[in-house]
Amino acid sequence: MEFKFSDREELLRKTVRDYAEKEIPPYMEAMEETGEFPVELLKGMGQMGILGVITAPEYGGAGMGALARIVVLEELGRVCPAIPMAIQVHHMCTYALSTWGNEEQKKKYLPPLCKGETMGVVAVTEPSGGSDVGGMQTTAKLDGDKYILNGRKCFITNSHHADTWVVIARTGEGGKGLSAFIVENDFPGAKAGRKENKVGLRGANTGELAFNNCEVPKENLLGNEGDGMTTAIQDIVQCGRPGMAAVALGILNGVLEQAVKFAGERTLYGKSISKLQAIQWHIADIYADLEISRLLTYRVGWMIDQKINCAAESALAKQFACEAAARSARKAIEIHGSYGIMHEYAVQRLLRDAVVTIPAGGTAEIAKLVMFRQALSMFGL
Amino acid sequence: MRIIVCVKPVPDPKHWNRLQLDPKTRTLVRKGIPGTINPLDRHALEAALTLREQEGGEVLVVSMAPEDSQPVLKEALAMGADRAVLLSDRVFAGSDTLGTAYVLSVGIERLGEFDLILCGDETIDGGTAQVSAQLAEFLGTPNVMHVSGLEVSPGKPWLARSQIEHGYTLVEIEPPMVLSVVKTINTPRYVTLMNILEAEQKPIEVWSANDVTLSEPWAGLAGSPTQMADLFAPERKGMAEMITGDPKEQAAKLADRLHRLGFC
Repeated sequence: MEFKFSDREELLRKTVRDYAEKEIPPYMEAMEETGEFPVELLKGMGQMGILGVITAPEYGGAGMGALARIVVLEELGRVCPAIPMAIQVHHMCTYALSTWGNEEQKKKYLPPLCKGETMGVVAVTEPSGGSDVGGMQTTAKLDGDKYILNGRKCFITNSHHADTWVVIARTGEGGKGLSAFIVENDFPGAKAGRKENKVGLRGANTGELAFNNCEVPKENLLGNEGDGMTTAIQDIVQCGRPGMAAVALGILNGVLEQAVKFAGERTLYGKSISKLQAIQWHIADIYADLEISRLLTYRVGWMIDQKINCAAESALAKQFACEAAARSARKAIEIHGSYGIMHEYAVQRLLRDAVVTIPAGGTAEIAKLVMFRQALSMFGL
Repeated sequence: MRIIVCVKPVPDPKHWNRLQLDPKTRTLVRKGIPGTINPLDRHALEAALTLREQEGGEVLVVSMAPEDSQPVLKEALAMGADRAVLLSDRVFAGSDTLGTAYVLSVGIERLGEFDLILCGDETIDGGTAQVSAQLAEFLGTPNVMHVSGLEVSPGKPWLARSQIEHGYTLVEIEPPMVLSVVKTINTPRYVTLMNILEAEQKPIEVWSANDVTLSEPWAGLAGSPTQMADLFAPERKGMAEMITGDPKEQAAKLADRLHRLGFC
């Protein structure tokens, strides 16, 4: 087994870290206040190759693969977790288009998404629930040379900034009755609706997408009619859950840095609090959570690059890393004492951010269901 | 146009809190500290890449460093350099600035003719700011330091803007030349993900002492005239004192304090 990153990935980490540390902090205060994603960053991230990290070079991407994507998201998240939250959903859009799009669709939509001229989103969740994909109610009815979409999607990341929406809607009965569509935000009847006001990851805009007799050209069907369930599930397994785990890795990096820094600087009883065993154990726990989450998440990236089925591993990485981020952020707040709950200190934001990762991209319970099924299958059950 | 950029791998400043000094060898313990391109060399490389974009030609990176410094040169290739040469041999180890400049000069002689050599004004680890001038001397070319701007017009002398204490001087100069730059000359570009992949197609040539012509005895610790008397971290004294009041009051208090201390 090889547990060392290649020179390529090390340089990738360094360059994204340099970019993130210099370019993102000036926007962070406004992101927290307004709950808006700084779209001004998109062009630069497009030039860097961040937006097209998993897209093939012939469509304007870097084509570096899933493990590279995790490193990119982790480094962005180390500075500001809301940024990779938005970008990981953007990647879900590029992944869906790359995997199920035909040549015309890829040529039309992928290059501007990779350059940062447009922003992408994948819309699955509805007010009735996100975990029950089969229970989806948004409909798409073929009418001549177009589909007419009606319904609502909710809790959609990038809702109000995205130009290119991959939308799952019902074209028939049951699980095989779902289909995926490429919807442009200015198609007749398409509208971004209510904006949500989240406690964390505030700089990643979240809201509703509404379809009121929305007219989608027939050629914007993504894949075949009836493939929508596969598109939704595979996009979540291959992109969404590893992406959320990588956002959590970013948070864990930030949490450990803040905890170590504060413990080293704060003096009590005439000595640094890092000399106290209670504080040392907290830091050891945070370190363990970061390292375990890294191993789980990097493994998923590697498996995707090797084209190995990783539904359970992807669910495990996502569920563990997101809960570890929240658990560790709380410990970091305890190390900070009352300072930890003050807005001037980053740990309070990191806890809020971590809590938001837990239901995003599939709840912890759904992830555990996938793991449970995998555990049973190991015994032929 | 043929441009050579001298690059020094230095310990990444983000990890300086882990740096140790070895009192016996009087050197920095670099082991385990990730290397990076010396920050001012990054500006030198950016100037070279910009010039190549304007005038055409090639950009070569040359470095004298241990062989495990190759990732740092790979980063220089990813920034856009066309080719990299690493001068690496036990014989070169322990070179002072004279030895370093000499080894660089023999490596550059093997590379052949050039129009311009660019260096950073100084490094963040050694900080002597001597190598570019010594290199120019070995190569027999003019040298301008503290360069914050360069104007290149075909068929005319080049104009180098050199920073001095209270302004700048404009120097007319004809290639070939050695210039060392300050950070105000430009903003270095980011390495993009696409650049990282492209750099994998660009090889790094490693040259040992046998690959160059060392006709003088100046390479390495034995050939270096500099003898380090001592190396230590200065004691932190924490003497900062905050002067309060509005700007006028602060200025008056500061002037009074300086007067009492005998400065004015």
